Amino acid sequence: MESRLARAVIKGGTVVTLVFLYAPLVILALYAFNESVTRAWPPELWTTKWFAAAWRDPDLRPALAGSIQAAVGATLIALVLGSCAAFAVHRFRFFGRETISFALVLPIALPGIVTAIALSSAIDFGHSAFGLTFSVWTIIVGHATFCIVVVFNNVIARLRRTPTSLVEASMDLGADGWQTFRYVTLPSIRTALVAGGLLAFGLSFDEIVVTNFTAGSKLTLPIWIFNNVRQPRQQPVVNAVALVLMLLSIVPVYLAQRLTGGVEQVPAPRRAAGAPAPVAALEETGPR
Amino acid sequence: MAVTHATAKSGAVRRVSAALFRRPAAKLALLLGPPLLWMVLVYLTALSLLLVTSFWRLNELTSEIERVWGLRNFETLWGGSVYRTITLRTAGMAAAVTVTDLALAFPIAYYAARMATPRIRSALLLAVTLPLWSNYLIRVFSWRIITAGEGPLQSFLGVFGIHRSLAASNWAVWLTFCYLWLPFAILPVYAALERLPGSLLEASSDLGAKGWMTFRSVVVPLVFPGLAAASIFTFSLTLGDYITPTLVGKGFFIGNAIFNLVGLASNLPLAAAFAMVPVVIMAIYLTAARRLGAFEAL
Repeated sequence: MESRLARAVIKGGTVVTLVFLYAPLVILALYAFNESVTRAWPPELWTTKWFAAAWRDPDLRPALAGSIQAAVGATLIALVLGSCAAFAVHRFRFFGRETISFALVLPIALPGIVTAIALSSAIDFGHSAFGLTFSVWTIIVGHATFCIVVVFNNVIARLRRTPTSLVEASMDLGADGWQTFRYVTLPSIRTALVAGGLLAFGLSFDEIVVTNFTAGSKLTLPIWIFNNVRQPRQQPVVNAVALVLMLLSIVPVYLAQRLTGGVEQVPAPRRAAGAPAPVAALEETGPR
Repeated sequence: MAVTHATAKSGAVRRVSAALFRRPAAKLALLLGPPLLWMVLVYLTALSLLLVTSFWRLNELTSEIERVWGLRNFETLWGGSVYRTITLRTAGMAAAVTVTDLALAFPIAYYAARMATPRIRSALLLAVTLPLWSNYLIRVFSWRIITAGEGPLQSFLGVFGIHRSLAASNWAVWLTFCYLWLPFAILPVYAALERLPGSLLEASSDLGAKGWMTFRSVVVPLVFPGLAAASIFTFSLTLGDYITPTLVGKGFFIGNAIFNLVGLASNLPLAAAFAMVPVVIMAIYLTAARRLGAFEAL
């Protein structure tokens, strides 16, 4: 169908795009082993001193711990609230049902900075009203708010694909509501919960904009990176940390691939920019 | 079935289940209550507070927020040429990134959807989504390295006889944005191309259309909703980002302006008013995209 020229152009364009997607990651990896502090090309390879410097950095480990605390807390809250909302919307008909998913997607649909200053001014207000202070808990509350929607989307997509006849059969066979949930519903949505949880964890672990405004003096890994990137002498250390994080990010991909039986999940866009609403829809109908 | 093993356990759990089964309204309240309460208490309250603040004003002398209603902040935004320049620069950047990403997305999406074998197709899709899993800040940081003075990009451009540094420029911001959002552009275009019936392309060439004509009058109109959907991502993501301009550029974008209004000037009312600008722009954009059928393409 396509002419030979068109095929050549398309193949060429494919290669260009692939190079564009991966060249930055390769360059990042190379510079992690650069002897010099400057970023002049070509890098002076090879040294591992920056990894050692990162290991000795006094702020890095508290930052990592802070990120994990925030991500675990936000993921747990999102799992509970997101599944509750998904069940309510899927099983019941009620007034305002359509606006639920809209309200849930709003924190992701609006630009991140809008959500961020809304939450930070609310915390300021809470401070003067009843002594609320910035801590890891304010980060968790902020992150959970935009993580709920990813769990909601994954669970409701799964519920829609699961026939309700299974639940009816279970009830007919004499199981009560709890048993039906425990032995029929939960197994059928388990992988959706895992996928939603992984996405929520990743979303929270990476988040910088809302975190910047809700963290106070608490450090997280993105805040550590953001602070250190702008200090020229610290750049190689950030570079080493970046390479390690990049390699670690293969873990959730591998887990998601294994646990969902090769079902491909599109990760939610990074909060830093405030992702648009349709991303949520993409997760539901995206490549499977 | 596992169910039969568990029937012996009755008592309290069973009574609660039965009670809930008889009262669906209670069950609904139990399920919907917590998430709804969370969203209203944490988020919608904060958001309404922000909206209200945008109509209050800052007393320049005392730096206190005066709870006086008025449109002064919006008048400042409308009248101040600085804010208009920043808004236009941001919208222009978003448009440039969108066009570039669509151009970069089309070939690989077409190849994956219509030319590749199933194995290569899934490998390509994985290759497109994989960078999304690595940290956003790290991907911005990699472009800070690339665009640094005397860095990789400068030597690369030197091969073509262009001897200038793009460090801390709008060019660097443009490249970084294009890089960051490219996967979000590829996926909807791929989905649209995959749904394109091959028979229409054959019919077009049977009727004598050459490749270019088929592309222009058959392919583009049919995948247009997909392109519009992709543009929603690239456009809105660019509109709200202030980290990228901070790390690889030096020009001010809407996000930077809001950030500084909150942080340095502590003029929350004006910041809140300015935050409404990207929201309004996106509302207009989404309405237009909906007309073009972008939502069916997702």
